[in-house]
Order: sequence, then structure tokens, then C-alpha cells
Amino acid sequence: MTDRHRDANALAGPLADLFGGDVTAALAECAGCGRRDVIANLHLYDGGPGAVLRCASCQAVVLRYAITPHGTWLDVRGAAVLRL
Amino acid sequence: MPTGWAPAILSAARQETATARTLQLSIADWPGHLAGQHLDVRLTAEDGYRAERSYSIASAPGGPVELTVQAVDDGEVSPFLVHDLAVGDTVEVRGPLGGWFVWRPTQLEPVLLVAGGSGLVPLMAMLRAHRQATASTPMRLLYSVRTPDDVLYRDELADAVLFHTRRAPEAGRPPRRLGAADLAQYGFPVDDRPTCYLCGPTAFVEHTAGLLVELGHAPARIRTERFG
Repeated sequence: MTDRHRDANALAGPLADLFGGDVTAALAECAGCGRRDVIANLHLYDGGPGAVLRCASCQAVVLRYAITPHGTWLDVRGAAVLRL
Repeated sequence: MPTGWAPAILSAARQETATARTLQLSIADWPGHLAGQHLDVRLTAEDGYRAERSYSIASAPGGPVELTVQAVDDGEVSPFLVHDLAVGDTVEVRGPLGGWFVWRPTQLEPVLLVAGGSGLVPLMAMLRAHRQATASTPMRLLYSVRTPDDVLYRDELADAVLFHTRRAPEAGRPPRRLGAADLAQYGFPVDDRPTCYLCGPTAFVEHTAGLLVELGHAPARIRTERFG
């Protein structure tokens, strides 16, 4: 994995469209290591067809998101809890 | 906060450097923004191809919305915004966005701003908001920039500490990276519990955040925005 990530803050727009409001200040708990942090601090990798948010501590995938011709895909199995 | 895309008309523009331009946008029903927030800008080509990018808002809350865009050499969107978008033209925007990397005038703690290159833009909004609020709490800016020709908002930076990394003015200190000693000298003591806002290229932000933690600043009081 190259270290070309940005902060998930940059994904605020697409996430706001999904959740109906800004969620970058919401808390996410990593299902991998238990770290609790605001979504804005997750590491964003969006060089591919979708976006991947990883835990800033253990680098586990917390959230995945993609828009395809068949719909919008949101995978949050890496988040134990989201506090919106 | 409204979601979805809205039209924005370029109402004025000014060149900041040879490769950076400030765009003043007129957006109907603009709800107002917080210092540090950004906008997504979307361009649609004649063949329907779309590209969107995030740009930080440079202006203080309450006034017109201004973005400062740095043209990236191989960029898809930024060269168009810097060199081609004409006053009166329309783009689509989404925002204001981001509720974490923001400064509010109600914050009472000292604030250290550390900018790398065009990472200055959202921090400039904070500095402008701070001046506008006539807040008594101190705010300091350290600005790392390649050469004197790359300096943004020069007229407003009399109180800032500049570090040139490639070429420095003849009278100034020689070019070098911002180091731990600089953060200790020009920043705030750890005991003052400042909030630190860092924005710039990923490597710069990682480096600077690491130095601040080594100096004893709590990671929870360091807010970062990396732009790749």
C-alpha cells in the first residue's frame, strides 16, 4: 500500500449525499482494533473506482463506497459503531 | 447543510501567483460556511464526462464564497479553473462540507496553524475569521512554501512565520524544512494546550504532526487535512 492517502474529510460531499448531512465529525469505532475517531480522520484511498476509508491506527478497512451503474454500494462492516 | 449539486457563477477572480487563482462564486441560497470547510466542484464536458474535486474555502464566513485553486500540472480540473474559467461562467458545487477541520470563534484556546504550500487556503479562512471576530485568543501561522513566488495572500501575512523550502529571499534565512525547533520556537508551549491545524501535502502533514507529538502535543488536539 502506498502512502498516498488523504483524510476522509475530503469525502465529506459524497458521504453527505449518502447520509443526508455531514458525517465527518461523527464517531466511528474500528471493528479491527477498537479505536474511536471522527470519520474525518480516517485515511482515504480513492485512486480506484470507489473509495476506501481505513483506520488511522491499524489500517483496517472501516468503510467502502462506490457508485456503479447498478447502484450505490456502501460497506460498513469494518465499523463496529457509527455515532452520527 | 444542503446536499446535492447547485450552480455557482464565477462573479470575480484574481490571480494570487502564476499558478494560483482565487475564484469568487455566487451561489443561490448559500447557507453560510465555517472557516476550514470546503466545496466540491464538478465540471461536465460536452460529451458528458464529469470530474469533481474538493477545494477549500479561503474567505471568512459571512462574506462572498472564495476558493483559491492551485493549478496541478497534470490536473484534470484545476488548470481549467485557474486558466480558463471566465467571469460569468457556471460550474456545479456541493457544500459547504466538513464539520471537523473547522475553527469557530467560540473556541477559547490558542490556535497554531501550520500550512504547507496551498494547504494555506483553509487556514487563511481561519485567520480571516479570527481577525473578523476580534477574538482575544491568540492564533499563529507557520507557512512552509517553496519559493517567494509561490506565496499566497502576501499582503495579509505580516504576522506569519514563513519557511522557504527551495529558494528563499536574499535577506531571509536559507531554504530549509520546518523542524521541531521551529515549532517549539514559534508555536505555543504544550502547557497552553493549543489546538493545531495542519494542512498540506500528505508527507508534510505526517512529518509536522509527528514533530508536534514528539514535542508533547496531544494527538487529539492536532487536526489534519492532507490533500495527497
